[in-house]
Amino acid sequence: MDTTQTAAEGAQSLPALLHRNAQTFASAPAYREKEFGIWQCWSWSETAQEIEALALGLLNLGVREGDFIAIIGRNRPYLYWSMVAAQSVGAVPVPLYQDAVAEEMAYVLSHCGARFVIVSDQEQADKVIEIQDQLHQFEHLIYLDPRGMRKYDHHQLHQFSHVQDQGRAARDEWITDLHTRRDKLTYDSTCVMLYTSGTTGKPKGVVLSNRNVIESAKNASDFDGLTSNEDILSYLPMAWVGDFIFSIGQAYWCGFCVNCPESADTMITDLREIGPTYFFAPPRVFETQLTSVMIRMEDAAPLKKRMFHHFMSHAKKVGGLILDGKPVDLADRLKYAIGNALVYGPLKDTLGLGRVRVGYTAGEAIGPEIFEFYRSLGINLKQLYGQTEATVFITVQPDGEVRPDTVGVPAPDVEIRIEDSGEIFYRSPGVFVEYYNNPDSTASTKDAEGWVATGDAGFIEEGSGHLRIIDRAKDVGKMADGSMFAPKYVENKLKFYPDILEVVLFGNTRDRCVAFINIDLTAVGNWAERNNIAYASYQELAGNPRVLETIQEHVEAVNRSVAEDPMLSGCQVHRFVVLHKELDADDGEMTRTRKVRRRIVEEKFADIIAALYDGSERVSTVTEVTYEDGRKGSISATLDICDASVVPIARQMAAE
Amino acid sequence: MLDTSDGYVTEDGRKIGGVVMEMRNITLRFGGVVAIKDISFDIREGEIRAIIGPNGAGKSSMLNVISGFYIPQEGEVWFRGTKRPPMKPYEVARQGIARTFQNIALFEGMSVLDNVMTGRLNFMKTNIFQQAFWKGRAEAEETENRAAVERIIDFLEIQHIRKTPVARLPYGLKKRVELARALAAEPKLLLLDEPMAGMNVEEKEDMSRFILDVNDEFGTTIALIEHDMGVVMDLSDRVVVMDYGKKIGDGTPNEVRGNQEVIDAYLGVSHD
Repeated sequence: MDTTQTAAEGAQSLPALLHRNAQTFASAPAYREKEFGIWQCWSWSETAQEIEALALGLLNLGVREGDFIAIIGRNRPYLYWSMVAAQSVGAVPVPLYQDAVAEEMAYVLSHCGARFVIVSDQEQADKVIEIQDQLHQFEHLIYLDPRGMRKYDHHQLHQFSHVQDQGRAARDEWITDLHTRRDKLTYDSTCVMLYTSGTTGKPKGVVLSNRNVIESAKNASDFDGLTSNEDILSYLPMAWVGDFIFSIGQAYWCGFCVNCPESADTMITDLREIGPTYFFAPPRVFETQLTSVMIRMEDAAPLKKRMFHHFMSHAKKVGGLILDGKPVDLADRLKYAIGNALVYGPLKDTLGLGRVRVGYTAGEAIGPEIFEFYRSLGINLKQLYGQTEATVFITVQPDGEVRPDTVGVPAPDVEIRIEDSGEIFYRSPGVFVEYYNNPDSTASTKDAEGWVATGDAGFIEEGSGHLRIIDRAKDVGKMADGSMFAPKYVENKLKFYPDILEVVLFGNTRDRCVAFINIDLTAVGNWAERNNIAYASYQELAGNPRVLETIQEHVEAVNRSVAEDPMLSGCQVHRFVVLHKELDADDGEMTRTRKVRRRIVEEKFADIIAALYDGSERVSTVTEVTYEDGRKGSISATLDICDASVVPIARQMAAE
Repeated sequence: MLDTSDGYVTEDGRKIGGVVMEMRNITLRFGGVVAIKDISFDIREGEIRAIIGPNGAGKSSMLNVISGFYIPQEGEVWFRGTKRPPMKPYEVARQGIARTFQNIALFEGMSVLDNVMTGRLNFMKTNIFQQAFWKGRAEAEETENRAAVERIIDFLEIQHIRKTPVARLPYGLKKRVELARALAAEPKLLLLDEPMAGMNVEEKEDMSRFILDVNDEFGTTIALIEHDMGVVMDLSDRVVVMDYGKKIGDGTPNEVRGNQEVIDAYLGVSHD
């Protein structure tokens, strides 16, 4: 890849990289999207033409340098082009979460003062139109899919393909302007602005420069030896920094192909068809896939079942070691090869992970069993730790040093420092420029020397030099007796059970811990089906006595395991309740990236928490819920509160 | 009442054209039972026309007369300016009329894709041997028709179940597949028999949106039977109200809503 590297020198922006790719990889595929049942493909040179046409069209509509252009929709080539077209004309792309309700969009769109909005379809267009009275700077809306848009007033509305057509028609008029604007872009120009969902407070606009994005993409690509031959599947929200780096940063740096699924529901099928070589997924995706494999194996014929379990237990023994290049004796290697032909290979193909050379998971802790399941199949799944403010990469796991309990060593060019409080700080070329229009927050997060506070507590493991994360620094507290309260640690242990989807632990400043639990509807629903338990709704299933019994067993098992850790033995769960609704981003209980907002959950369900502490056996509650279209409703429920046995803590053992 | 002699413009600004189908004094009997008694109404180009009424009012019979499945004893059916002689249902289909059924009539063992492909029957010219050996025109023909079907699959957002056997689908999706198959025939007039029956609110909303989009995007004229009054009033441009085989109202949703006879039929008044 040396040719790429030298050719890329001097390319200080994504449009410049596009220009390079259109020449170097002209006929190689740049984008694929499944539409009308067929994978449609665009080469790099076609991509460059499409983006140029759109950029000219944007100039024609009057986009000024420094304008913000919001982009809302699912992963589609057209929307990725929109980002680069926006950059080409000196504007700043601002991707938004497509599942955000109108009010959330109103905040972000008015905060950045977006003059232009590019949306995928009528659903998104309706949201923008609904809030346009609150948006003083909003001028034009461009939509991709014309379905249902015919009757709209088209004074401010433009169809994507028409904007491109107008751009092509006015090429002579605008092409010089386009080149001038594109050539003005430097390493310090703003590349993109991404809003962090934020587990507390309003979203903040993180401004990332071309330097941030290109340097980070370059370092990470070198680290894993990525080439122009990779294939990735882009299905994670475009507003998330990870997708921006993988599907744009690294794709443009390396010149590899970005594949977009047909729809959100076909992601698993499309994954299988594409067979990506570089894959990224939050733990949730891996969990879901594993759960579905296990459920299907339950229904398989006895011989297949036995074969599966026999070879899986062998893979568990040696698969990880073989992947790490550790010594394994010949007989075991042979057996693994047979297993690969009979079980692992077909299974990997079914999962769509047969070609994966490098796979990452991040965002949340992944269950060690799940992690090792994939590794034992020979899939090089690794963990990384990152943030929007760092342009993703803070630490990554190098090949051969992969473990479920650490997040790896500092990524290339990243420096890490642990404060006395335990909080992790880092400094790197990826450190963000600023929070847009928010100097106070910028100053409190990033110091003059460029060190950024992560808000996470952790420590560097002696010997290996790997970073281990304990919890969000602000979530780590003290219990009434002074012992440490680290909710995430316990929550993760519980979440690793397939039938538990989400857990929230409470206990800061209290004398004991209590927990909210969400069951996983897929896993528990399947279990109910096999055991002939009828249920009509999530709420009914969640309140089923036999479900509660199972959950109680899990809680008690986790209590025993937590008790073994002398530092955290105070965090055992004394009482818990299985919630009647799933925590949901639409209700503000979670972020769009599905992280629990503790404070909000605590306030919203204060009555249940009170009941957990006052010893009552059940609690009646009414909860407000928000539907996808923003309407509100409420559900009421009476919840049983369960007691879990705890392991008595042997205090002052050392005193003997 | 709205004068519709030369077409009209709907409240949301769509232009409705001339008469596509006209029912003139239709009477239909089953032995001694009179299902439809001397009913006349018309359906115009591009409109969404609803037929409503309480259980047993004769709505489905009316739809079956339009689709050519029942031959009325009295009265005339005029389609696109000519009087229609008694026809077999497949001949009616060739004229550009497609329908869905109240109690879903799909091929349960076949995939969604294959089911929708059957809707293209009238566009296939090759014979069974050409198709079996996939020779000559057969290959090109299948590609063309598959492309048309894929557009409908995309339109109705059923990509994720393309290869799924219909028997494994939930009810709401089966209804959507049926709509897809009817659309595959590229009908001029689409008949929907209780498209929302048995659906939950969300499924009804989805289905309503698809019906409106079909009308908007392909300009298809739609006649539908529906029980859910809220849905009917929101969707349709004009409504025919039936009760005990008679027409008791005809007009825009607002006009019908204010009609005393209609109110009586729905709220229940003793018929003596």
